[in-house]
Amino acid sequence: MNRKSFLAMSTAILFSVGVAQAQDPVRIGIVVELSGAGAPAGTNWRDGIKIAVDEINADGGILGRLVETAEYDTQTDPQTSRALVQKAIDEGAYAIWGTIYSGSTLVNMLVAQQNEIPQFVGSESPAIVDKGNPFVFRTSSGAQKGVPALTPYFKDTLGAKKVGIAWVNNEFGKGGHDVFAAEMAKVGIEVVADVSSEQAQTDYAADVARLKDSGAEAVFVYMNQEESARFLIEARKQGLAMPLVGEVTLTEAKVIELAGGAAEGAIAHVGLTATATQIEGIAEFAAKFEQSFNRRPTHDAIKGYVGAWATKYVTEMVGEFNGAAFAEKMKNLCLSVAEHPRMLLDTCWDATGEMSRPSFMVQVKDGSPVVIGTVPAN
Amino acid sequence: MSQFLQVFLSGLATGSIYALVAIGFTLLWQAAQTVNFAQGEFVVVPAFFVLVGLHVLHLPLWAAVALALVLSLLVLGYLFKKLVVGPILPAGGISLIIATMALGILLKESIKEFYGAEAQPFPALVPQDPLNLFGAVVSMQDIMNLLISLGIVVLLTQFLNRTRTGRCMQATAQNPAVAEILGVDVKRMVLYAFLVNAALAALASFLITPVYLAKFSNGETLGVIAFIAAIVGGFNQIRGALAGGLLIGVLDNLTATYVTAEYRAALPLVLLIAIILLRPQGLLGTSEGRTV
Repeated sequence: MNRKSFLAMSTAILFSVGVAQAQDPVRIGIVVELSGAGAPAGTNWRDGIKIAVDEINADGGILGRLVETAEYDTQTDPQTSRALVQKAIDEGAYAIWGTIYSGSTLVNMLVAQQNEIPQFVGSESPAIVDKGNPFVFRTSSGAQKGVPALTPYFKDTLGAKKVGIAWVNNEFGKGGHDVFAAEMAKVGIEVVADVSSEQAQTDYAADVARLKDSGAEAVFVYMNQEESARFLIEARKQGLAMPLVGEVTLTEAKVIELAGGAAEGAIAHVGLTATATQIEGIAEFAAKFEQSFNRRPTHDAIKGYVGAWATKYVTEMVGEFNGAAFAEKMKNLCLSVAEHPRMLLDTCWDATGEMSRPSFMVQVKDGSPVVIGTVPAN
Repeated sequence: MSQFLQVFLSGLATGSIYALVAIGFTLLWQAAQTVNFAQGEFVVVPAFFVLVGLHVLHLPLWAAVALALVLSLLVLGYLFKKLVVGPILPAGGISLIIATMALGILLKESIKEFYGAEAQPFPALVPQDPLNLFGAVVSMQDIMNLLISLGIVVLLTQFLNRTRTGRCMQATAQNPAVAEILGVDVKRMVLYAFLVNAALAALASFLITPVYLAKFSNGETLGVIAFIAAIVGGFNQIRGALAGGLLIGVLDNLTATYVTAEYRAALPLVLLIAIILLRPQGLLGTSEGRTV
């Protein structure tokens, strides 16, 4: 073999090895609630990610590498979620997408932090960004940002002087409850009924009866999906007449599906809603989702979608698959929808991983959440 | 007052459904010395039969409910007796208890696997609009559930006491050997007990699922509470199971409303301990002696 042929062959071999390496997929773990009480949220999160991954891979992947996901069902159990985050990392995950339940995230995010793995979560408990973990990033605003958006609604729109709170006794519910109670105290609205319930509780007769008799002029409802639906069903059964106002979950598609007519009239402040179809990206995502899965997406689906695309955008800004560099880049980062259209809305993160984004007030009318107002980013 | 009325009514309505399930426990115990720890799942499965009828077979609601009832009798009554209780009972009560626990897990995981882990909406079979009663707004659904459950219990009691078949079932429960000597078809009577249990579980399912939603894991709590209700009321008396169910339903609601919501789940367990310590045969049960 002469020199030229040898050089040509070597170049061809090196090129093909390089191409093969560039084809190695990047593995990302979807660690989320696919069974248990969190299944409605988790399955939507996962399905939103599926849409995103298909689009990302059609766009060439991340830095030329296709995205390969692996699903890990936490069964809505915090200890299981912790073990699964470790397992995903052991199996080579570059990033973790999930969990949603705040109780699980608080436990498992330490594992991701120790391994310097970026983690996009769907959790909204204020505690998550208070722990100083530089590797955890929200896909929606926490309760400490979202719930205060309701204060003007209770004070000015409803003119309420007395309110009740119906909340689920877990990390998610406690966080929202505490923020709401503080907000009401700030504006001089009295909380006349403070009714906690348990995760996966099935009987809300006593809870609704207490609210009915409390003299409240409106009720702040802060529960997960199934619990919200059961509460709404019981509220209708007992003729609870006052406005029911929630944050995020109360007007979700799954809650409306489960509660049926009992969800009519419920109001919520939401960070994201598939019915904000005046926003082009949201309309497009909602249509794709409905075509793929034969149902409307919930806000958890949009959260998963946004988290997946944020991973691509930021990794490409960093230029390499480096968790520490990713975390550094995310600090005080803003992704405008003009330059990053798949973020759907202009989105910013602060140094703690807390997200800011415009949001919406919605009300259930004729079985669908209808946008009745927008709230600027705070 | 209106709050008390609503809470009391809701408690009675929920308790009446616990009672239906608890009566199933006592029937199986009396008829076949069987404690069925899959009873909670027996209340979940019929709801999914209805959903399959509605969404897979596209039947109207009444046809889906009828189909679910027939399937419940077949699967949770006849097949349960034939394939689980029949072969395992001769091996002893403990073996059968373990087998029913395994059956419960199998049913739960099968629903999760073949239908889904998410809760599903379930159509209400009775009106859901609120009703004005003595100046209080109360739930029509609670009143209807209570009336239907009590009506079924009355019918069952009449059947057991006033019909030949019912008296044969009672004779079988009291002393199968003597009943057989007297010409009672004991095996058939035992089968009838299993079929009645399946029917009661199906009815409880149709009444409770519109409120609790159809979910694979609903049976866990329901089964435990119904079991406790049967013990509290008296495991060897149908009226005891009725009393136990109603008592637990009412006390649970009253506790959650007027005492503490956080610890309401402890109430049935506290009641169970108290009854076992103070009156082990249950409130309306009779003491039983047994040679060992």
